[in-house]
Amino acid sequence: MTHTVDAAARRIAYLDHAATTPMVPEAVEAMTALLSTTGNANSLHGSGREARRVVEESRERIAASIGARPGEVVFTSGGTESDNLAVKGLFWDRRAQDPERMRVLSTGVEHHAVLDPLTWLEDEGGAEVELLPVDAQGALVVDALADSIARAPATVGLVTVMWANNEVGTLQPVEDVVSLAHRYDIPVHTDAVQAVGAVPVDFAAGDLDALTLTAHKLGGPYGVGALVVRRDLSATPLLHGGGQERGIRAGTIDVPAIAGFAAAVELAVKRRTEHAERMAALRDDLVSRVLVEVPDARLNGNPVDRLPGNAHLSFPGCEGDSLLMLLDHRGIECSTGSACSAGVPQPSHVLLAMGRDEAVARSSLRFTLGHTSTAADVDALVEAIAPVVERARAAAR
Amino acid sequence: MTRSMTRPMKVVAAMSGGVDSAVAAARAAEAGHDVTGIHLALSRNPQSHRTGARGCCTIEDANDARRAADVIGIPFYVWDLSERFHDDVVEDFRTEYLAGRTPNPCLRCNEKIKFAAVLDRARALGYDAVATGHYARLETAPDGTVEMHRAEDAAKDQSYVLGVLTQQQLAHSMFPLGDSPKSLVRREAAARGLLVAEKPDSHDICFVADGDTAGWLHDKLGTAPGTFVDHESGDVLGTHDGAFTYTVGQRRGLRLGRPAADGRPRYVLDIEPVSGTVTVGPREALTVDRLEGISARWCGTPPTSTLDCTVQLRAHGEEHRAVITVDGDRVDVDLLDPAQGIAPGQSAVVYDGTRVVGSCTITATSRVPAA
Repeated sequence: MTHTVDAAARRIAYLDHAATTPMVPEAVEAMTALLSTTGNANSLHGSGREARRVVEESRERIAASIGARPGEVVFTSGGTESDNLAVKGLFWDRRAQDPERMRVLSTGVEHHAVLDPLTWLEDEGGAEVELLPVDAQGALVVDALADSIARAPATVGLVTVMWANNEVGTLQPVEDVVSLAHRYDIPVHTDAVQAVGAVPVDFAAGDLDALTLTAHKLGGPYGVGALVVRRDLSATPLLHGGGQERGIRAGTIDVPAIAGFAAAVELAVKRRTEHAERMAALRDDLVSRVLVEVPDARLNGNPVDRLPGNAHLSFPGCEGDSLLMLLDHRGIECSTGSACSAGVPQPSHVLLAMGRDEAVARSSLRFTLGHTSTAADVDALVEAIAPVVERARAAAR
Repeated sequence: MTRSMTRPMKVVAAMSGGVDSAVAAARAAEAGHDVTGIHLALSRNPQSHRTGARGCCTIEDANDARRAADVIGIPFYVWDLSERFHDDVVEDFRTEYLAGRTPNPCLRCNEKIKFAAVLDRARALGYDAVATGHYARLETAPDGTVEMHRAEDAAKDQSYVLGVLTQQQLAHSMFPLGDSPKSLVRREAAARGLLVAEKPDSHDICFVADGDTAGWLHDKLGTAPGTFVDHESGDVLGTHDGAFTYTVGQRRGLRLGRPAADGRPRYVLDIEPVSGTVTVGPREALTVDRLEGISARWCGTPPTSTLDCTVQLRAHGEEHRAVITVDGDRVDVDLLDPAQGIAPGQSAVVYDGTRVVGSCTITATSRVPAA
């Protein structure tokens, strides 16, 4: 006998859209329609051609939505793979062409899908990784990047800076990064997983060299994403096999997932302005009302240049773990924003990089809104937060 | 009547990833309590998996606990208590050995972590009790006092390692397995669909992953050469790398080249940590019938003056009839049944029949000379 309460039957305020957001019906429809069809997109017969047509149409729709050319879109299994492919693949390729280019420049607030490959490249690949400082709001200090490049421009193989921070929501000065790097012909990769569908993202207009996006953060399915990478830039593959995806990413193509991905990207970009306005209004409401309930709470990240659906708050004297658990009990789902290291929640590397101490880093919660969020979700949080914070404070004493 | 069934409570079930704590959590939930599963992360650098019956607290154990919580249908979280565990249990273990004593880290963990740090946090977060998979029984006496008794399954009884719990802690504890034999618990786990039903019991000290306590101590304490000395002649019989790796009553691993004059095995009788002198002698010299203890902890009202009782001196050890004399924090134990190989640092847990009266930490042992 189990005591499971069906999650759907409970009233849930889901405030963790940055972790994953529900699929939009259009993506579900596109995907389910294809799940019962057969055809390997690399086969030469009619079924194969039909599958390939779906993939290429999806590629074109995604490319059009983000200002890229279809040939620049390389399908992957998602954000982590795209980041790994960009960081390792571009570093390896650049180093193969010019062994001097051993430096990789990035920031200390990147997602672990970028930071961990960088660490690995440092340990295993001889790369010299420099994590440049960020300001108290989590934005890259552009002068530090300029200085670092100028010190020895010919030794930099790659610059990778995320578009928007997944924890605190701060937008990065990607435009400045590109103009600095391109002065010395250094390619720039950006992890735009949180940005696409939330802020304007245009690959060509931004003059980017490589960009990561993933389906499940914008209404598509899990397990599919893309690395958008300039045609004239080659990346050494991580996976070798059947030569799919420009020979950069081998593996049989997941046709239904890609169709769902395309439907989701297209809608997310089409609805972006209206969606972002609605999210920002809800988010501002959330922040201001939580600050009324808990006056000493503090908003982290840039208050203006941030993701519209992101509210990241520190609650002094609380453990984020306790807050999360107490809110979860009330059906309010959020995140401490930090990664688990070996099963143990760690203080957020992002907040530490922003100069917060460990206690503050451990006292933080991330609330993220998405396309299914409503005012009632915010109401539920506002109603719960004061007693929950009081409880968590007592537990931390 | 066991008190766990009296009224529905909000309960934190400490889930190690083993079969006992999983069934304990399931029983608490089935009894109608609002149960939340908590896995305690006690190591900052857990191993990915455990080998055999050694250790716990690996990532695999955390996953096993999570899966058990899924099957039971209760929420599950991981609480990071690695810092407290390190300070209160691991460091205590290290410094106790350094001082020539033989601590029991499981008792310390129950005293400082499971029924202190965890219970305090749970209470502050709105929970009424902590449930664990320990084999011990709780009963409510007519006056409302919560009594702790030995488990039904004598072979599994764990009341010894719980002998440090106070009335306040017992009043907020729940041991749903106290009435059951282990074999039944395993069968029940299988019937409930818990995949940990066949998982081996954990033994040894959880933070000494490979079971090599001497190696662990050398690693943490380095080497401190000293001598083995014969207890009667005072002759130096050999040298060692650190007195802290020996324990009173130990026979194996002394590597004394010269056999005793009478050819009988020699045992560690005493450890003097400052000079690093390990005194050895024959088995009968290990026999003691008087103990002195400090840090007395009582499960209920402290005994006044003397008490006829039994004491248990090590986990899974036998009971000794005894008379204890209590003086505040201090306890003198006169053993009617002498004991062997008792080391300072060990805990003496006091029983009145099956009921746990309390405990103290042994500081000295002696033998009353034959009249």
